[in-house]
Amino acid sequence: MPNVMAVLEQRNGTVKRVSHEVLAAARSLADHIGGEVHGLVIGPKGVNTEGLGGAGADKVLACLADDLELYQADRFTHVVAEQATTGAYSTIVLGATALGKDLGPRIAARLGCTLASDVTSISGRDGVVVTRPVYAGKAVYKLKIATEPSVISVRANAFDPVSASRTASLEEVAEADGGKGRWARTVKVKEPEHAALDVAEASVVVSGGRGLKEAENFRLIDDLAEALGAAVGASRAVVDAGWRPHSEQVGQTGKTVSPNLYVAVGISGAIQHLAGMRTAKIIVAINRDPDAPIFKVADYGVVGDLFEIVPKLTEEIKKIREG
Amino acid sequence: MKIAVCIKRVPDSETRIKIGTDGKSIDESGVKFVLNPFDEYAVEEALKLKEHTNGDVVAISLGPESSQETIRSALAMGADRGVLLKCDSIPLDPLPTARALAAELEQGAYDIVFFGKLAIDNYDQAVGTMVAELLGIPSVSAITRLEVTDQSATVEREIEGAVEVVEFSLPAVVTAEKGLNEPRYPALRGIMLAKKKPLDVKDVDLSKGGLEVLELSLPSERKAGRIVGEGPEAVPALVDALQNEAKVL
Repeated sequence: MPNVMAVLEQRNGTVKRVSHEVLAAARSLADHIGGEVHGLVIGPKGVNTEGLGGAGADKVLACLADDLELYQADRFTHVVAEQATTGAYSTIVLGATALGKDLGPRIAARLGCTLASDVTSISGRDGVVVTRPVYAGKAVYKLKIATEPSVISVRANAFDPVSASRTASLEEVAEADGGKGRWARTVKVKEPEHAALDVAEASVVVSGGRGLKEAENFRLIDDLAEALGAAVGASRAVVDAGWRPHSEQVGQTGKTVSPNLYVAVGISGAIQHLAGMRTAKIIVAINRDPDAPIFKVADYGVVGDLFEIVPKLTEEIKKIREG
Repeated sequence: MKIAVCIKRVPDSETRIKIGTDGKSIDESGVKFVLNPFDEYAVEEALKLKEHTNGDVVAISLGPESSQETIRSALAMGADRGVLLKCDSIPLDPLPTARALAAELEQGAYDIVFFGKLAIDNYDQAVGTMVAELLGIPSVSAITRLEVTDQSATVEREIEGAVEVVEFSLPAVVTAEKGLNEPRYPALRGIMLAKKKPLDVKDVDLSKGGLEVLELSLPSERKAGRIVGEGPEAVPALVDALQNEAKVL
């Protein structure tokens, strides 16, 4: 029976939330074809693998070594490709994260197989059929994967984690020779002074645009984001103006996001911006222009001066959080 | 130093997408095509390296005949010559494209190959990394900083909320993220010169790959929302809606 491999990511010894989503996606596929889900964790010794059974894994393969703490592209590729071949998996699922977007293509090229990236739904009923947004979400492909094996990366926040009373068996796997010491080497990870949530991963995002008038006024966005436990996003206009780092840009030439809540402040809603955030579950728009295109996609809109509205909103949110 | 930069012709980011009559592709009528924005960073970085090392930059594109214009834009920025791997359609599966590019690049024995992080049409973020894997050379994707010394390089790459520092030796492939540099605008002189620069056209035959298109559609329209009110007085109503109706607080 063909099984499905879920490549799981860890950071600082903890398996990431997105990997629970990967397990959920792999689980639904495996249930369709009647196979098992094997989660593969590559990381340092002591990674916590508890609860992965409940999240969908029948078995956890752990390739642990202290010098695998950071993402080492070539060694990771080697480990995954080796396990994929040995286990004859039908599908290898990973997250469309910074790591997954780099590792997925490598594995597909190594195995000579098909890659479907950044998919938002998977169905296994009649062959493997996936949907994936293109043009940053302006259109959506429905695709049938015609070959086996295949590599699928899933978009963050597109699959809901599952929880079941299942216990996964744990099997340690060794890194085969040939993966070590060659190619590119990740020497360190620079963490920012103030740890910030990433806009592509966060379940709540507060974005600011040109309506803020100047860079300093972004503190209103920072304050609201802090109150909501949200990541800060930005429109292309303010990134190009140098007010905010490009890593915060939401849109077709920035990041595409699917949070539970997206708050757009002083953003009119250019096509390329709407493309990047229209799959958010709930969209709130705050803008002085009642005809701004952003209101066409927003679930809730407030028309008016953001300099009056946003501080009030921050205050109300704080009250709820503290209450 | 021998430098290659791989580029793609894509619809401009302001394009409003319409679905073609076959229901499987976009309607290209009236669409403005441009050099993929992420490829502009790749071209710029290739040119900066050329200027430092007295190198030579070739711009390679895979696509239809009209991609010649895209290559001319890279030549206008300062690339020395162009190669078009001509094919009528590009399969959605990135591997056939990567194979064709890898075959072309292998012959050139380049020290470094630049790609844009992704093409804003298919949004795959795969081809550059696949090419490196096929060629058996190091690669780093989505870089925001590049430092080359002799035959080795150090790059920075953004991950969620942090930055990875990666070292490798050349030859190698890197893909460019926004923030790597500020792409130059082609000067008039560059545009005139570009017309005379060599551009080879080679026909390539791509396999169709393993992704069968069942349908291309527009995303479902969002349910009409409502304006909860005007000014700061509307805030309590907004918070109430988020808390009790949308249940996201």
